[in-house]
Amino acid sequence: MMSKLRFPLSLPVLTLTASLTALPLQADTLRIAIMGEPASLDPHKISGTWENDVVGDLFEGLITEAADGERIPGVAESWEISEDGTVYTFQLRQDARWSDGEPVTAEDFVFAFRRILTPATAADYAYLLYPVQNAEAIYTGEAEPETLGIEALDDHTLQITLERSTPYFLDQLSHYTAYPVPRHVVEEHGDRWSRPGSMVSNGPFKLQRWQSQTRIEAIRNEHFHDADNVALDQVIYFPIEERNTALNRFRAGEIDVAREFPTQQYRWLRDNLPDATHTAPFLGIYYYVLNSREGHPTADPRVRKALSLAVRREVITEQILGTGEEPAYSFVPPGVSHYEPAMVPFVDMSQEERLERARELMSEAGYGPDNPLQLRLRYNTSEDHRQVAIAIGAMWEPLGVEVDLFNSEIAVHYADLRQGDFDVGRAGWIGDYNDAQNFLSLLESGVANNYGAYSNEEFDALMREAAETQDLDRRGEIMAEAERLALEDSATLPIFYYVSRNLVNPALQGWENNIEDIHRSRWVSFEE
Amino acid sequence: MLLYVFKRLLQAIPTLLIVITLSFFLMHLAPGGPFDGERQLPAEIEANLRAAYHLDQPVWRQYLIYLGNLLQGDFGPSFRYKDFTVTELIAQGFPVSLELGLWAIALAIALGLPLGIVAALHRNSSVDYLVMGTALAGVAIPNFVIAPILALVFGVLLAWLPVGGWNDGHWRNMVLPVVALSIQQVAYIARMTRASMIEVLGTHYIRTARAKGLSEREVIWRHALRPALLPVVSYLGPAIAGIITGSVVIEQIFGIPGIGRYFVQAALNRDYTLVMGTVVFYGILIVLLNLIVDVLYSALDPQIRYDD
Repeated sequence: MMSKLRFPLSLPVLTLTASLTALPLQADTLRIAIMGEPASLDPHKISGTWENDVVGDLFEGLITEAADGERIPGVAESWEISEDGTVYTFQLRQDARWSDGEPVTAEDFVFAFRRILTPATAADYAYLLYPVQNAEAIYTGEAEPETLGIEALDDHTLQITLERSTPYFLDQLSHYTAYPVPRHVVEEHGDRWSRPGSMVSNGPFKLQRWQSQTRIEAIRNEHFHDADNVALDQVIYFPIEERNTALNRFRAGEIDVAREFPTQQYRWLRDNLPDATHTAPFLGIYYYVLNSREGHPTADPRVRKALSLAVRREVITEQILGTGEEPAYSFVPPGVSHYEPAMVPFVDMSQEERLERARELMSEAGYGPDNPLQLRLRYNTSEDHRQVAIAIGAMWEPLGVEVDLFNSEIAVHYADLRQGDFDVGRAGWIGDYNDAQNFLSLLESGVANNYGAYSNEEFDALMREAAETQDLDRRGEIMAEAERLALEDSATLPIFYYVSRNLVNPALQGWENNIEDIHRSRWVSFEE
Repeated sequence: MLLYVFKRLLQAIPTLLIVITLSFFLMHLAPGGPFDGERQLPAEIEANLRAAYHLDQPVWRQYLIYLGNLLQGDFGPSFRYKDFTVTELIAQGFPVSLELGLWAIALAIALGLPLGIVAALHRNSSVDYLVMGTALAGVAIPNFVIAPILALVFGVLLAWLPVGGWNDGHWRNMVLPVVALSIQQVAYIARMTRASMIEVLGTHYIRTARAKGLSEREVIWRHALRPALLPVVSYLGPAIAGIITGSVVIEQIFGIPGIGRYFVQAALNRDYTLVMGTVVFYGILIVLLNLIVDVLYSALDPQIRYDD
């Protein structure tokens, strides 16, 4: 009866496709629910993790990620680094090809690096390449793109010169900001090169179809150098913002991987779909910015310390969130390579001792029951943020702190943080790359994302020293020293480390949890 | 009549201009900008981005640039969806919202009108109470409650229909969102039809019609129905405009690529061009649909004539 229903008004949905005929669903099709609609598929115009999910399957950098997130050679076969750590010489694979069959050459990398740094490209993530010689000057319009420290010595030899030694630079080369773009295609199609029909890429998959807000289809790229080991024929990415919709579609078997399932459902999922529910430590910190600017009560280190002491992080992770988050006693999350995070000094104290000490500090700072401290706590609108803020407000009550909560949508929230219009503000940071510097630089004087305007000369000096240290372990120790200083100062108030939350079809093989939560489809296959 | 339509269209121009101007300046007054996000961009990066979108110009000049482009039919590039222009986004999303919305409104009329009429004819009977009770529930339960329940029951538990997705408008993907979208409208239309039918049935000319011996059927079909429909028709104008420009909630929950989500998302992202594009588009639709409603009025009600 239902099948007789006809919908005569089937206006053809306008889609940006080369051919409107959808491929029949093949057996080896991976269906992924990503977090939202990509802003673009041009690696120079994106900044979100959901975009990385797609673009990272379409392209491959000099270095790439294995299933467990380890860095492995990508387009680069081998490389040499000069003694002083500033000149990298890469040998590119002879068999690296674009999806149209053209060879991937060193020239494509030169073109890509110059393009992303050209001011007119307006790439919002270009600053990740600032370690490259002259990159910043080019981006600010003070130098020509041709002066960038990258050179094609021949078709398959690429040399990159850095401003100064940057120990994490190789890791960064796996980031999408360092992907090659096909010069011959970009020059032909201009800014519209990354759309279906014209897009050419060099990764394990190539773009087939993009129906805005609905689905992005990619098929196996036969020209990919490791195509023989790519098991999937097709990957379909469904942009689904509503996390519960992704969950329902996963339960109905319509998708195989759902990124970031809703926290509220964690207990149910753990009990009912244990094989499919993945949570793992993630390279991110949820923290409160404490405003160190003159005129704010939080400019007093004693107040900051007291506030940090009184926050019962275990209560927040276990009773409020309950998604496997770990309470945070450091600013850099654990698991970062070549780094052992420093811990807040009070980590071994009992809750009573902490509260006792916090009271002392508050009365030293001149606050108490007779002179309560009024704090303005800002957070961006979200149920989880609200609950955490309320709980923390309650935890501060015994110190005689009265908290006024303000919430606003995300754009307004961060604009307010930037202007310093708060005492305590919620923030989060997800590492751009697996390195402690990416977190600790948030506390350097004058850095844009240093919302609390924390400033400590000693800290800055240690960070400079670390930047010039070649030995990775020694460098890690110096940064840990810097972190210890910041934690003793209670420069910020770390609350918990993020976890990644994915639903994964148990029939999938080769999908591994990792700290950066990067999962490339080339490693994934279905059980026979 | 044609003259009237022409006049109305002319009047629409200042209306739209006011809408555009107000939204443009309100939008720029809102705190936060398109490039404020979780991580602050280095100043020079933000400067480059602002220059690329003319945001470094004074607001009044941005306004003039925008108006100029608009006159040439150019809504500009989306700030957020960088591979698409606003025109393309609307051109892709609107047919989907339109198709979904028309089915929903058709379903709402097909169910709502007869239910309302039946309830009116059996006023204060158990049929009336049943229909109106259900309608009240339909009005009261918001669609963000109904939609997930439908998806859970028919998609996940019974597995009769897909939970979400559009699949190029396959009917299976359309059933749940159409039902979810129309439930409230069915309820409104039924209640409105009942009320206006009861009012019409109490008028003198219906009494006259009955007095001259017409059958009840003829009284209702020939004399009561048309005037009873007037308030419903006037409600339908804005209702259709609202429903075919998409429902944020339904589109989000069922993952439908319509334009409804842009109304909210573009505003949250401070995607200025997309906000303006949807506002202008919506404005034009409202003006047109209201005009159609007024023209229909004259067809339904002989007391209304536009040949001035």
